[in-house]
Amino acid sequence: MSAAGTVRVRLLDVAHARSGDKGDTANVGVIALRPEWYPLLERELTRDRVAAHFRGLITGGVDRFELPNLGALNFLLHGALDGGGTLSLKTDAQGKVFSTALLRMVLDVDAAEARRLGLPLASGGAAAGR
Amino acid sequence: MKQVVRVAAGQGFWGDWLEAPRRQVEGGPVDYLMLDYLAEVTMSILQKQKERDPKMGYARDFLGAMQGVLPAVLERGVKVIANAGGVNPRACAEATREVGAAGGANGRLTIGVVTGDDLLPRLDELIEAGHPLVNMETGQPLSAVRDRVLSANAYIGSTPIVEALARGANVVITGRSTDTALTMAPLRHEFGWGATDWDKLAAGIIAGHIIECGAQCSGGNCLYDWRSIPHLADVGFPIVEASPDGSFVVTKHPGTGGRVSRQTVAEQLVYEMGDPHAYITPDVVADFTTIRLEDAGEDRVRVHGIRGAAATDKLKVSIAYRAGFKAVGTLVYSWPEAFDKARVADAVLRERLDRLGLRFDRVLTEFVGANATHGPLAGPPSPDLPEVTLRFGVRSGDRAAVERFTREIAPLVLTGPPSVTGFAGGRPKVEEIVAYWPALVDKAVVQTKVEVLS
Repeated sequence: MSAAGTVRVRLLDVAHARSGDKGDTANVGVIALRPEWYPLLERELTRDRVAAHFRGLITGGVDRFELPNLGALNFLLHGALDGGGTLSLKTDAQGKVFSTALLRMVLDVDAAEARRLGLPLASGGAAAGR
Repeated sequence: MKQVVRVAAGQGFWGDWLEAPRRQVEGGPVDYLMLDYLAEVTMSILQKQKERDPKMGYARDFLGAMQGVLPAVLERGVKVIANAGGVNPRACAEATREVGAAGGANGRLTIGVVTGDDLLPRLDELIEAGHPLVNMETGQPLSAVRDRVLSANAYIGSTPIVEALARGANVVITGRSTDTALTMAPLRHEFGWGATDWDKLAAGIIAGHIIECGAQCSGGNCLYDWRSIPHLADVGFPIVEASPDGSFVVTKHPGTGGRVSRQTVAEQLVYEMGDPHAYITPDVVADFTTIRLEDAGEDRVRVHGIRGAAATDKLKVSIAYRAGFKAVGTLVYSWPEAFDKARVADAVLRERLDRLGLRFDRVLTEFVGANATHGPLAGPPSPDLPEVTLRFGVRSGDRAAVERFTREIAPLVLTGPPSVTGFAGGRPKVEEIVAYWPALVDKAVVQTKVEVLS
């Protein structure tokens, strides 16, 4: 359910991503599919929002870095890899698919803004009717 | 001075596609072939091999690669730079010389060997002299695990590789050079960049970062529009075409599969990234927020604008130590109610392990096919899942406890929930864990050495 005047947008439909590891920390780089969508990511993908998204999947905090030059944000997810490297018992010991886990996020976006940006909607179709 | 220098990546890790090095030198013009073999724990595997046989301890795949590219090295002047030396660069060089002799090199191979990164023989001396080699993640001093250390290597930069090239080497073999230095060094050599040309050095490092994982920047493992990426069976590995001003183009040989686009390059740029403002290497601190990517034609991306800052006075040290034992067992449960069956099997197994009084530092259950990789984000599993793999892992300092665990998986087949299969692989294997200990050391205590064998 979205609030009045907002639409739901899947992060998967507006960004791509890749993740990797450093010790027990996974990094997720998330990149806007179009340069004009980057400010939306910068505003919506706050550190707190991403930390809440990964609750139960990581034991530590989250750091965020901005790379507007690449239309990208970089997140460090601490305590994500069950000890990391060879200590980890996880299938994804190297954090390779935390990228797609982040892309499961759904954003609530103001309907007018979604139309202006031509965002694809979670229910299918595009806000601007492209 | 050359106006364009082409560095081709031929291996992104030890175990990468064996065809790639030869394809890179035969597919079109390249000046250098860069082969990266070393991941964080590779050095400890090599150290174990060297303990068994003093002539081992390097990435043996490199010899096969050299065989494949030897004609290009001898006849077309392609130079090879590889960190294949592992913990025994000298032995790697000797074996490479034999590959050359068998291939008719007749003295035309000049092999540069870079050593000095191996700190294992000096550990006690270093600790004594006030270098505690504190773990960068946990803050513990190395003395806590000193008696379990298997290998210790400083990540070294481009300078000794540049020296080897200047002394006429056409094959340079290093130990624990940084992955990125393997690409940056030939650019520094060809273009005469100084040791404080921070922006250019940073550009060379970022060129290295883009191609160090091989095809991962040219269409492999690329999420962006992945279905449209052509002919991955024939994927082209990346090539950097560098200019003296530090700008470069990322491309691949014409007619190969895969893709080089702003998106494939951007995905690789953010891979394993920490603070993008400060990508710290022995040579320079590169700033990823200054990178500009531009389309420059089909499968060509121009990279420019890169800024760097002065290098730090530290080197990172990669230390490997013995950290106990682990084993992972799997069983497959089928529809109907596959997830519930796997969950009951997990509970049965845990109860039996508890009753045996086995002590583990860590026990982890995953349900592959339901939520192993995305956890709670995957939502409740459907009762109609065709199958779920129960994946059960344990870790302990006590080898006997892990051994005993490995005997508890197969019995579940006749003593646990129904519709179970996939146990043909037999008992899980007990593995000794070699863990990674990242530390910093003063640059001044590491002296690299270059030998040139011809």
